[in-house]
Amino acid sequence: MSMLAEGRPTKQEENLIMPDNNLPTTHTGNRALIVDEPLIFEIGSPARSGVDLPDAPDVESRLGGLDRSEPISVPGLSEAEAVRHYTRLSRQNYAIDVGLFPLGSCTMKHNPRLNEKMARLKGFADIHPLQPMETVQGALKTIYELADWLKKLTGMPAVAMSPKAGAHGELCGILAIRSALEARGDAREVILVPESAHGTNPATAAFAGYKVEDIPANDAGRVDLDALKARLGPDVAGVMITNPNTCGLFEPDMKAISDAVHDAGGLVYCDGANFNAIVGRVRPGDLGVDAMHINLHKTFSTPHGGGGPGSGPVVFSEALAPYAPLPFVEKREEDNHFYIVEEETAEDHHNSSFGRMVAFHGQMGMFTRALTYMLSHGADGLKQVAEDAVLNANYVLRSLEDVLDAPFGKSGPCMHEALFSDDGFANDLTTLDLAKGLIDEGYHPMTMYFPLVVHGAMLVEPTETESKAAVDQFIGALRSVAKRAKAGDELLKSAPHFAPRRRLDETLAARKPILTWSEPEEFAEAAE
Amino acid sequence: MKEVNMRYLPLTQDDRQDMLAKIGAESVDALFVDVPKEVQLDGPIRDLPTYAGEMAVEAHMKALAKQNHAAGDMPFFLGAGAYRHHVPASVDHIIQRGEFLTAYTPYQPEIAQGTLQTLFEFQTQVARLFGVDVANASMYDGSTACWEAIVMARRITKRGKAVLSPGLHPHYVSVCNTMARFTKDQLSYQVPSLDAGIDSEMLIDQIDDDTSCVVVQYPDILGRIGDMSALAEKAHAHKALLIAVVTEPVALGAIKSPGEMDADIVVGEGQSLGVGLQFGGPYVGLFGCKQKYVRQMPGRLCGETVDAEGKRGFVLTLSTREQHIRREKATSNICTNSGLCALAFTAHMTLLGEKGLRELAMLNHKKAVQVADKLSSINGVSLLNDSFFNEFTLVLDSDARPIVRRLADQRILAGVSLGRLYPDEKKLAHGLLVAVTETSTDDEVEMLADALATELGSERL
Repeated sequence: MSMLAEGRPTKQEENLIMPDNNLPTTHTGNRALIVDEPLIFEIGSPARSGVDLPDAPDVESRLGGLDRSEPISVPGLSEAEAVRHYTRLSRQNYAIDVGLFPLGSCTMKHNPRLNEKMARLKGFADIHPLQPMETVQGALKTIYELADWLKKLTGMPAVAMSPKAGAHGELCGILAIRSALEARGDAREVILVPESAHGTNPATAAFAGYKVEDIPANDAGRVDLDALKARLGPDVAGVMITNPNTCGLFEPDMKAISDAVHDAGGLVYCDGANFNAIVGRVRPGDLGVDAMHINLHKTFSTPHGGGGPGSGPVVFSEALAPYAPLPFVEKREEDNHFYIVEEETAEDHHNSSFGRMVAFHGQMGMFTRALTYMLSHGADGLKQVAEDAVLNANYVLRSLEDVLDAPFGKSGPCMHEALFSDDGFANDLTTLDLAKGLIDEGYHPMTMYFPLVVHGAMLVEPTETESKAAVDQFIGALRSVAKRAKAGDELLKSAPHFAPRRRLDETLAARKPILTWSEPEEFAEAAE
Repeated sequence: MKEVNMRYLPLTQDDRQDMLAKIGAESVDALFVDVPKEVQLDGPIRDLPTYAGEMAVEAHMKALAKQNHAAGDMPFFLGAGAYRHHVPASVDHIIQRGEFLTAYTPYQPEIAQGTLQTLFEFQTQVARLFGVDVANASMYDGSTACWEAIVMARRITKRGKAVLSPGLHPHYVSVCNTMARFTKDQLSYQVPSLDAGIDSEMLIDQIDDDTSCVVVQYPDILGRIGDMSALAEKAHAHKALLIAVVTEPVALGAIKSPGEMDADIVVGEGQSLGVGLQFGGPYVGLFGCKQKYVRQMPGRLCGETVDAEGKRGFVLTLSTREQHIRREKATSNICTNSGLCALAFTAHMTLLGEKGLRELAMLNHKKAVQVADKLSSINGVSLLNDSFFNEFTLVLDSDARPIVRRLADQRILAGVSLGRLYPDEKKLAHGLLVAVTETSTDDEVEMLADALATELGSERL
């Protein structure tokens, strides 16, 4: 079987059909609640609309002679049809609301509905980013309050709120590092990144113009401190380290790593993707970190939304605070007035800022949700979050290590995620096969083939919002599928059998990309 | 130890004890054994509040929300890259379906066809609206999409000089300047002047054999609509690309698409459709291009394929461009995009359809024409634009920024002063951007006209 770069099979095997159960076929091809839904282009019409509008006033248009003459060719649906279309499609999705979502490093925890309700208050949802500051004092105070929480939870003196997601936060941190180094006339060229890092880390460093080099890991799944020290030097701008790391382990030498980097004149970026494991118990500021992004859509429960929007505020040490991006919110103590520091006001007292990263103030809709979440938990609740998340993960680790290889299981407890490998799978079965088997059991699979340092990696993050009963049921399912993988169960190769779709041909999709819908040819010809 | 009984945390103290027993750990503290003692906190962080019930949190957040002037509560005419449109009730219902709201990026396509099919529909709608062959599954917002387009043009042309039009949103210019300083791209830009005509000749003259792209906002920051065809022609003659930036996609229901004028890459801010104002975010970046450049595109792409039984299905594809495969050689570092806002955009667009979008666009435009004439009939107010869609520039006979502030004190949100956008440009200080959408009522327009006339000390004619 051939594999893609990340170790996934590229081709479907033949002859992997379910045993014949003498099931009837249906006229529609649907099976009860499993219903296929056509594309809007197949059911809608450009002449139909689900929106009623008043007539436009009878005046001449002033469009500079560029009036649209060509059709747009986008169909419309009535409201009834649209609601059904999207409702039917939604039922083909797995989601946290449907079940445990053990996607390692993604922190798929419950998304409280109070967050949604608060974000929709008109005082937050219906305000414009360029309204006069006097008319948005509550919004600015919200940002200020959230910033205060983030600073205190991390023990860091400053925070940039505008980055739009984790990778954007990484970029913010790396640009601040580069600005600080340039300001002292010490341009450096290299950022060191462990092999186990998220792909965003090296991509970010490269996007900011740095060369990227690997930091080696030791046998215990941690940064090899001696090797790191040996590589540090006048060309190294800094390191990007994920802590807890992507093997689900805390870096016990983090402080020593930071000290070594600082001694060599570099700065320390920490990827905060795994902050959920330590929130309220450990402050990155106490570990010598200079910059760290926080995924509000992970630790602080703002919904993932099928791939965003995220929000990635970045906390900074004293060394980097002066270089933080614009705009940001400050408070005038005399009269409790909140104001935005942007290009014009920055010249007075923030003239080292590296500049603006986004058009407006960041992800306000995520700020309101995250602040709601923090207020709900409080400092004590957040500490409990970390503890329960770590407890659930260790429970998974110890409940499954007899059937799944846990490469770092011997070296002690894990943090909030448990890492397994495909060691011992029989009959050429892979991590992908196991994952697809888990789909048939009613679960979204764990993170697969990441981190890259473990063969056929499976990274399981249950999060703290799962009950013991839910975790036990998941463990039972994963145990069963793991045993089948070790026994070489052929049926796993063709899993999933019960999902809305069988395995999809990703090779075909990439070889002949069809990225937009086109009218069927006979139809197009008839229209000419 | 006092048990925290949080409504979101299901483990009981008994559960925790049972689980610790299974793990073979004495206490939860034993699970944090890798964390050096000296950095472990001895209890909850002290100067933060402790946990609170729904009612208490709701009261806190409502008190904050109440200190803002909501656009819907008063006459409101702000635009400049974020527009207030009526969003049909069903859009919010659709995006609150838990199966969309609480799903992850669709990396397991067999159980993510809902998200994937809506992304495929979204990509098709965006491509057709922009008049290009393909579009991606969204970016963070318009400003970051604009920078990504410039980087993409650099990759394609292997040149580092981008020419930015004076009509490009100044925040977008700021974002590009920030990034270019680090990437060593060379950006050529000057602020706009208060003219009705767009100086395309000036831009055309700057295009040479070192140019990677010319970046033009359409309609531009002052609301002007200019034909980009000649720019495209000159750019292509020098093997450079034309990047069009659309901050108000509703406009494309009324005016020619950038693709029709041969733009190579079209990016935009999709906030207008479905998303709402939200004080600037989250929004949704739109990104489309010609087919021949698709492998240089940043961001996620959804593509059609078949499953093992031959049924049509959708997957994320061409991921060898992306960071999780290519790492430092990726086309961009972007990972999370703006999926749920893209869903809001596509649902709103589906409800509108071509008919609805065209009607909405003409309603916006013709109301704006009426309001422009009404306001420019006030003594001391003149209309800059010959052409515009739903936003135009008024030139007042005094500094617009303090007037906007004073009108806000009277609970009228009059527009965006050019002084707010270009604080250093004295010559633009009299400019006021006014946006008119289907949500603006005749009464509100009257209130604005009266208040503006009073501020300027003039009679309304």
